[in-house]
Amino acid sequence: MKTVKQLEKTANQIRQDIINMLLKAGSGHSAGPLGMADVFTALYLGGVAKLNPKKKTDPNRDRVVLSNAHICPVLYATLAHSGYIPHKQLKTLRQLGSPLQGHSNNHFNNGIETCGGPLGQGISQAIGIALSARINRTTNIEQRTAQKNRSSKLEIQKSNYHTWCLMGDGELDEGQCWEAFMLAGKMNLRELTVFIDRNNIQIDGPTEEIMPLEDLTAKFKAFNWFVIEVDGHNIREILDAMKKAKSMAANPTVIICHTIPGKGVDFMENKFEWHGKPPNKEEAKIALHELRTLGGKIYSEHQ
Amino acid sequence: MKAYLNPFLLYKTVEKIPTRNGYGDALVELGENNPNVVVLTADLAESTRALKFGEAYPDRYIECGVAEQNMMGVAAGLAISGKIPFVSSYAVFSPGRSWDQLRVSVCYSKANVKIAGAHTGVSVGPDGATHQALEDLAITRVIPDIIVCAPCDAEETRKCTLAAAKHKGPIYFRFAREKTPVITTKNTPFEFGKAYVCREGYDVTLIACGPLLHEALLAAEELAKQHIEAEVINSHTIKPLDGKTIQTSLKKTACAVTIEEHQITGGLHGAVAEFCAQSYPVPIEPIGMPNHFGESGEPDELITKYGMRAKNIVKAAKKAIKRK
Repeated sequence: MKTVKQLEKTANQIRQDIINMLLKAGSGHSAGPLGMADVFTALYLGGVAKLNPKKKTDPNRDRVVLSNAHICPVLYATLAHSGYIPHKQLKTLRQLGSPLQGHSNNHFNNGIETCGGPLGQGISQAIGIALSARINRTTNIEQRTAQKNRSSKLEIQKSNYHTWCLMGDGELDEGQCWEAFMLAGKMNLRELTVFIDRNNIQIDGPTEEIMPLEDLTAKFKAFNWFVIEVDGHNIREILDAMKKAKSMAANPTVIICHTIPGKGVDFMENKFEWHGKPPNKEEAKIALHELRTLGGKIYSEHQ
Repeated sequence: MKAYLNPFLLYKTVEKIPTRNGYGDALVELGENNPNVVVLTADLAESTRALKFGEAYPDRYIECGVAEQNMMGVAAGLAISGKIPFVSSYAVFSPGRSWDQLRVSVCYSKANVKIAGAHTGVSVGPDGATHQALEDLAITRVIPDIIVCAPCDAEETRKCTLAAAKHKGPIYFRFAREKTPVITTKNTPFEFGKAYVCREGYDVTLIACGPLLHEALLAAEELAKQHIEAEVINSHTIKPLDGKTIQTSLKKTACAVTIEEHQITGGLHGAVAEFCAQSYPVPIEPIGMPNHFGESGEPDELITKYGMRAKNIVKAAKKAIKRK
């Protein structure tokens, strides 16, 4: 298991990979992926979620659903660092024939469970995946009874897993999200945890100008969700929140991750203009230099 | 008339059952035999006939509330994790409101979801235009990797539902609201993508889907009295269209009429016209909704007003024959 310091270093490398991927691709999103690098590192490498590239088809593996799939560069880079895909594949992002499509999809048996892109869809998929685990448990009881009664030979897959869904804050403008939150709340779906990337920007500007979301915590509570707020760049806090979410007895959990969009690259931080564009050659050079310097700091602190 | 059809189907006293009943009966049958079948509804449990399943198998029944987009996505998630979900609502809402979710969460994601669209066609009646699905075949047919089906009666709907559970991949199928004539029997064949000839003829081919197949068969009887022998094909699967059966018929008849309770663009007429343009061009006359919304009224009144009666089919058949 990696220490928090080691995870921080990996997150920094993931950020550098994101810059390199976007530069090569010539299109794509910068701010969101950089802002979510720490959450993705904690999720895939922090040891709380049951994720293992050698067990991609294990019925008991935890499921990850990326709902705001435009931030997929961070998913791809994390999958490379976790051993799901070869690292050299990262430079094929958005190219013809590449498994690394502009928005992530589930066609390539590389650990990605769902297709995303149109916002609001991932949360519903995640609820379905979480409900499937619940149905398997309850139907097993039903099945056993049925078998006793009439020796029927029904076959059903046993499984026990947690579902982790990642969403953006701008995404919450979609009505479908709230339809989904209502259902998860009604069903006390403790098998589900949602991360919200609360970075306060969306394409056209700051979220509170485009479509105000606050009081977000109160909204989730009103929908029967358990709410945890964390600093989305503090890996220990994120891991603690995940442990807490997994132990919930009756509610779905939302972890509101307060993040800085473009985190780690000074000229991108908190700028909504960087939501949907990649760096050019010059900008990438500066960004990589900054990240390497920061990486050096993390490394020396660790020593 | 083929022997495997209901022998009383041309009688005035023919038995009538709503097609959606076949869906409800099949779901209960599936629930018993397949523990992976899950049924979802969006506050329309009774009228989509999903309720019986819900009462028998509450653990595998999800009431989503009036939220069709979420319902479609939840179904996709269930399917991705090994379940066989049946999404039940009115077609105007699902796939009407949930088309993007059908496209991405279901079809693009290769999720094994079955979408049941109730209350299709003008024969929905008094509820009016907003609740009469006349575009559902068109909007589903254009999505890759989905089967689109319009069964003709309750028995065929039952078979379609059972077959849907066996097929791996998304399927959209539609029902009518009203009681409609029982055309098929337990012995009538059913297979997705396989149209069957209900009546043989050599002057004109009547290609129908859904309960209007009955009007097509009545029209064929009327035409026979006028010494015109019509071949009648039940093309219950609009996608993939059974081009082979249609072409074999057209080689004899050299003209066709398509019959559907749907806009004349994008549905069965669209599919047949596309096929013929590429493979076997012949004159084709459409019976269906002529680029118009429906309205409130009695189902029978509306079918008559919008020209979907046997007499309209007779007229269209003669027109098609003239254009040969």
